[in-house]
Formats: sequence, structure tokens, C-alpha cells
Amino acid sequence: MCRDCGCSLGPAAARVPFAAQPVGKGHVESIEVITAILDENDRVAAHNRTHFDGHGVLAINLMSSPGSGKTSLLEATIKALQGELRVAVIEGDLATENDAARIRACGVPAVQITTGNACHLDAQMVHDALHELPLDGLDVLFVENVGNLVCPASFDLGVHRNLTLLSVPEGDDKPEKYPVMFRGADLALITKVDLLPHIEEFSVQRARNSLRQVGFQGQIIELTRRGGPGFTAWLDWLRAQVAARQAEAA
Amino acid sequence: MHELAICQALIDQVRRVAVENGGGRVLSITLAIGPLAGVEPKLLEHAYPLAAAGTVAQDAQLLIEAVAVQVRCRKCKAETPALANRLLCGACNDWQVDVIAGDELLLQRVEIEPAVEPVY
Repeated sequence: MCRDCGCSLGPAAARVPFAAQPVGKGHVESIEVITAILDENDRVAAHNRTHFDGHGVLAINLMSSPGSGKTSLLEATIKALQGELRVAVIEGDLATENDAARIRACGVPAVQITTGNACHLDAQMVHDALHELPLDGLDVLFVENVGNLVCPASFDLGVHRNLTLLSVPEGDDKPEKYPVMFRGADLALITKVDLLPHIEEFSVQRARNSLRQVGFQGQIIELTRRGGPGFTAWLDWLRAQVAARQAEAA
Repeated sequence: MHELAICQALIDQVRRVAVENGGGRVLSITLAIGPLAGVEPKLLEHAYPLAAAGTVAQDAQLLIEAVAVQVRCRKCKAETPALANRLLCGACNDWQVDVIAGDELLLQRVEIEPAVEPVY
């Protein structure tokens, strides 16, 4: 997209080269720059991507509000794919190691990033965590972001796919309230659909419309981690992504 | 509140630009921010003094230019303005649009006081 090059700011801005270029002659120098403010994060993200590609690993970032079922989805996915795909997880959390402990209990490696007060993961945190994870022999690396529908959306981690979860108890209008988060995702999962009979305010169709309205163009899957056709569709999506990545790496 | 992290990245860039251009005091910094960048300009302004304190940019004026959201329809090809949470074609109402402006998070311009007086 054009978020980094300035072309949307008009032809004059778009023509300015990325490198700093002095244009002023007086006592004040005005230097046209036009760079992404987060270009250092983007550089590290590209470096992470090179790591993943070098090992043929598919990296997936999971984002959602707290409590929408990211860790539960990972637990169920790891169990369902046991003996089929080799999985590892990087867990982001403000304060606890709880989620990494849950993942390790499923028998796969997990590294916990405790962010302190930071509300999001950035590319450098993921890079540091990679040094504690053997990428060799892995098929999929999940990065579970900090539960937050705002801040994680602005930071590229270098993953191949971004997933956003929307759970039934949260309400079907979340995409309109947090458009930046939902717009940028490659796959949207509507989770906890087994609660639909109890939460009549939630309409799956309204949630789907809300996603389209904020510019989300990917696949939408409704599921519960307890199994069923939606969960199967999620596993199939994941298998297809892994196969595509491995075909590219070969 | 990720705006502080954004400000720190901004200050790192501004310091680099200042050093490359003589190392003088930074007078102003101009940013372009679109509604789809996921950054709140007001919060950025509040976080800025914290990140800039003690740097060459601590007294700089922070100027933020707002960029409007603009989409291009894949079906009817119209280019129309849109709202951040209503990214639909303004002509045919279709959702299959590409954002062509409004997701910028850019450092545009830095004004620097020359560190050394020019010799005439």
C-alpha cells in the first residue's frame, strides 16, 4: 500500500526522494523527509520475515480483545493437528506467564513475552523471542498478540498472515468500532458461536456486514473450539496456508 | 496508548535527520497522519514532550497534517472520499474498494536551525 511513500499527499510530495534532502537556503533548513515513522519497526519486521522464510515456517499473528478465545483456539488447534503439523507459539501478555504455560501443557514449545505496560507487541520483541525458539523443523509459528483491539494494529511483526478474532459475547458491531484492526486482517474468526442461542443480540449477518463495511476482504469463519464445520474450515484454511508457504520455500 | 512508542520512533528518526544535516536544534516537525493509521493525533501530541525531553528536538513544534480517507472502487473505478469505519464506494456502495489515502503515518518535514552560522 501507499502508507509509506507519501504519494497520496500529492504529486509534489510523491516526487521527493526518500533520503533526506535539504531544500532551504536561509537560517532555517527545511528538510523534506517522507518516511514511515515506524520504518525501524518495519525494517526489523522484514528481518523477522527473512528468518521465517529461511526456515520455511508460516508465521501467523493472532489479534483480538482480551478474552475472545485466542489461547483456547490455539490449544484446540494444537490438539487437532498433533502428529500432522509442528507448531510453536510466542505469547504476548502484559503481566503473566499463564498463556505460555497452557500452550506448553499441550506439548509444544512456547515463549512468553511479558510486555509490562506495553499494550502491543512490536517486531523487536518478536525478534528477541525468536532467539529462544528453535525454528528448524517447525511448520507454523503462532504469535498471540496482547489482547487489545487498538494498538497491535499499527505494528508489523513480520508474520505472513494476520488473524482477528471476534467473539460472540463482544457484540457484532466491533469491526465498526475498531476499523483499523479488522481492516488489516487476512482472516476473521467469529468465535464462541456455541453461545449464540444465549446471546440473541448477536447477529452473525450483522457481524459479517460490519467486517465488509470497514474494508475487510478476507474469509470469515464462524466457529467454536469445541469442533464442528467451522473448526474444520479453520483447520483447512491453516493447512492450505502451510502448504502454500512450503511450496514457495521449496 | 501506543502513541508513546510511536513518538520514540519518531524522535529517533528526527535525531538522525538532524545529525545528517548539521546537528542544529530542531524547530519544527511535520507529520501526515490518516485516520486509518491507528494513531490518535491528540494522544501523539501529549506523548511527544515525554519522548522529546533532553533531545535536540525537545523544543520543536509538532505539526500534524490530517489526511482524508479516499477509496478506489474495484467495480466502478470511482475514487471517492470515505469514513474510516465505512470504507464503501461513494458512487456504487460496493465494499470491494482499495484505500488510496488515509492510512499514512509519515514524517514529512523537519526544520532545523543551522548549528554553525553561515559565513558570507
